[in-house]
Amino acid sequence: MTLDTDSVPRLWRLARLDFDRVRQRPVLLYPEGAVFINESGRAILELCDGERSIAEIARVLGERFNVDVLQDVIEYLSRMIDRDLVVIGRAAARSPV
Amino acid sequence: MSLPTTLLAELTYRCPLRCPYCSNPLEMTQAAAELSTADWKRVFSQARNLGVLQLGLSGGEPLVRKDLEELVAHARQEGLYTTLVTSGLGLVRGRLDRLREAGIDHIQISFQDVDTDMAEKIAGVRSVKQKLEAAALVKSLDLPFSVNVVLHRANLDRLEAIIAMAAELGADRLELANTQYYGWALENRAALMPTRAQVDRARAIAEQAIKRFRGQMQIIFVLPDYYESYPKPCYGGWGVNYVLVTPEGRALPCHGATSISTLEFVNVRDHSLEWIWRESPIFNAFRGDAWMKEPCRSCPRKATDFGGCRCQAFQLTGDAANTDPVCILAPQRGMIDAALGEAGPLEYTYRSLPAEPQRA
Repeated sequence: MTLDTDSVPRLWRLARLDFDRVRQRPVLLYPEGAVFINESGRAILELCDGERSIAEIARVLGERFNVDVLQDVIEYLSRMIDRDLVVIGRAAARSPV
Repeated sequence: MSLPTTLLAELTYRCPLRCPYCSNPLEMTQAAAELSTADWKRVFSQARNLGVLQLGLSGGEPLVRKDLEELVAHARQEGLYTTLVTSGLGLVRGRLDRLREAGIDHIQISFQDVDTDMAEKIAGVRSVKQKLEAAALVKSLDLPFSVNVVLHRANLDRLEAIIAMAAELGADRLELANTQYYGWALENRAALMPTRAQVDRARAIAEQAIKRFRGQMQIIFVLPDYYESYPKPCYGGWGVNYVLVTPEGRALPCHGATSISTLEFVNVRDHSLEWIWRESPIFNAFRGDAWMKEPCRSCPRKATDFGGCRCQAFQLTGDAANTDPVCILAPQRGMIDAALGEAGPLEYTYRSLPAEPQRA
């Protein structure tokens, strides 16, 4: 999949971002798996809400850290997409229950 | 020593299904011997403090435990990613609402086949209608949802239709698990064993479907190890990241370990999970590679597959320190090849529990 700056990423429905208090590391949890991530990974994934585009995510982080992070964001999300832990597409409205 | 990441909690051996490939042991215990609610909560907290992140609530059928919702709530408070592994029988609206409120992360429902008659022959009971209703209910509440199908000779030829069924049910994830021969499955091996042609065809179908459904439904295809040349790296090695606790509280490094009669079993009623993980003889029995014999000891693959499965080595060769006989380098590989040719009629020995003890 080609990623462009207008793409809207979100976490896979089955993945949950958490902090492991035992290992003192952020972690992405999903069925039968866990990926430990670093702080910059967490900063990116926390913004993957199915509403912000990659450009918007890079802008928020760029302002926070005062550097241009667009290439880093694209590379990081490409790797997570390859592992099916991040998907592209706006969050669907939750069906009424 | 690594920290464990996964706990499988077998809450009960009670189950409405009687599947002939059940991974539970042949000798099971009744409800009276099950761990209490307080025991399980303590074990979940100890597991999280030890590093466990993933919790599977399994059985038997975990829904027969009336405290399931309370256990899920406790697990989620501890921060565990919590999966309910269920047959779907008993997963009615009220319970599902309460499970969702308790914070269940993910629900996995088993299906036996896409063909109703065969599905119910395999399960040993009428069950398809209830499973379909349970799946629809999970979907209507928008809960993360997997379908699990154990594959064997009687259903492999319908793999394409099985995958289509899971997609139609709206599964986020489909686990296609070729039968592993432990417990009841070993007992029924001649009736479950597929042919090589079936396995080859299924593998091709699965590989194609994995690509086709990418982004819609994640498909996991668990290889049939008897048809492989090298053994599976069972849970990443003995005592590396996995703990299983049985209904009566035995802590095990893997599913089949209860069959290794030479091990000294330990119970979570008597010891903390931390002591069990770090100190107990059973969890240290096959850690690392000092226990290995030839051909494993000098084999470069020992860092990849850790000599395969200790339980399979014990069950088939009588010595848990032998190379898993699935390995083509194992002196006992002939036993596996013989089993591949032993196909018998489709007559199952169904899983059963001993009779309920008489109440005074």
